[in-house]
Amino acid sequence: MNGASQIAAVVRKDVHSELRNRYAINALGMFVLTTVATVLFALRSESPGPAPLAGMYWVVVFFSAMSGLARVFVSEEERGTSLTLQLTTSPGVLFAGKLLVNIALTLLLTTAVTVLYVIAFPTFELKTPEIFVLTVLLGSVGFAASATILAAIIAKANSRGTLYPVLAFPIMIPLLMTVMSATERALSGAPFGEAIGDLQVLAGYCLIMIAGSFLLFDHVWTE
Amino acid sequence: MKLIRVGSIVLITYTLIAGILTPMVPQPQGPFQFPIIPGLEEKARNIFFHVPTAWTTVVAFLVSLWYGARYLKTRNINDDLASEASAGLGLLFCILATVTGALWAKFNWGSYWNWDPRQTSIFILLLIYGAYFALRSAIEVEETRARLSAVYAILAGLTVPFFIFVLPRLVGGLHPGAADDPDGAGPVVQFKMSGAMFVVFFIGLAGFNLLYVWMMNIRVRAARLAYRRSIQEG
Repeated sequence: MNGASQIAAVVRKDVHSELRNRYAINALGMFVLTTVATVLFALRSESPGPAPLAGMYWVVVFFSAMSGLARVFVSEEERGTSLTLQLTTSPGVLFAGKLLVNIALTLLLTTAVTVLYVIAFPTFELKTPEIFVLTVLLGSVGFAASATILAAIIAKANSRGTLYPVLAFPIMIPLLMTVMSATERALSGAPFGEAIGDLQVLAGYCLIMIAGSFLLFDHVWTE
Repeated sequence: MKLIRVGSIVLITYTLIAGILTPMVPQPQGPFQFPIIPGLEEKARNIFFHVPTAWTTVVAFLVSLWYGARYLKTRNINDDLASEASAGLGLLFCILATVTGALWAKFNWGSYWNWDPRQTSIFILLLIYGAYFALRSAIEVEETRARLSAVYAILAGLTVPFFIFVLPRLVGGLHPGAADDPDGAGPVVQFKMSGAMFVVFFIGLAGFNLLYVWMMNIRVRAARLAYRRSIQEG
């Protein structure tokens, strides 16, 4: 098998096992629903402006991602299948497959949060949709990239659930600050040119994180 | 090591005395008078302590990163012990820089915390150190702990350019060198210091760096002894 079909095999395996018990999708879905509901209870009589809405949007995405994205590696440790994977799959291929699964999950997550926000908040208007779409796409890739390598790290540690957001937050802060600023621009109807700086930072973050993860993953995964 | 020990004591003592006691006059003459900088006045003396501690924080982080990367290559546990020792010192200097900075901010900018880009960066660095030690305490096997904490330190190091170069340029701030500084933005800040102040400043910088080397040496030796004893006891 060549590289691409090996990566596809990893993705297929994860999608199959996910569809069998729907653990990650259920957890993510319920988490999104409860956090958006909490935000709604807090702000029900307000009509929040672009800055708080952009902030709350990514707060929901961040904590939902923290509840579901560790699954890709934690499940391998829990089921005791990580040694088999080490024997059968090269680290680079495995990481690429897991990264693709997490990118798909994050895109699903951001789509769900976007739909809920549009329904729930009349002031959540995508006045510059092209900024918003690019921000969400690049932001999801960046989230998934750092979430995947950190998932591989915490899968080997104790007290995973609490450790994951603690480790992820400092690493994701440049990403969070940039997506919040770009989303605020999209919601307040800024012209596309104003967001180019933010989008460049996002693209740089994605490249650095993905390249760094591929270089470091071997040390995390191989005993 | 004796030279470093004596050097750090002498240089820091000199910085303490000269930094606090040198009089500030409108027209400074000679090396024993500082100019009065408008807006900073006597508060400018903090620069001899705040900037060297912040600088040492970054040095300690880079040293920790370097030993972590070296551990991944050599798999020699001594490298991991050095990496952890440097991270511990980095945390100490990070707290010192945050406290001296917050005090300076209170009297110069009006409040202890303003979310200026550099305050944000030092806060993130504190979080990184906290997360690093949380990760270390959650792994029992020494080799795994060394491996994973080295990887985490490198991952955290990858985000540092965003804080040093990108963020302060994008967001306006209160520190010199921020995006809206009328004296020009840039990572290397042109302090409004006189020659006499520069001398004390660099003596302080050297003194704090030597103090770091001295403390690092003690910590590494202590960590090696503790490690050897833990192995002998099984």
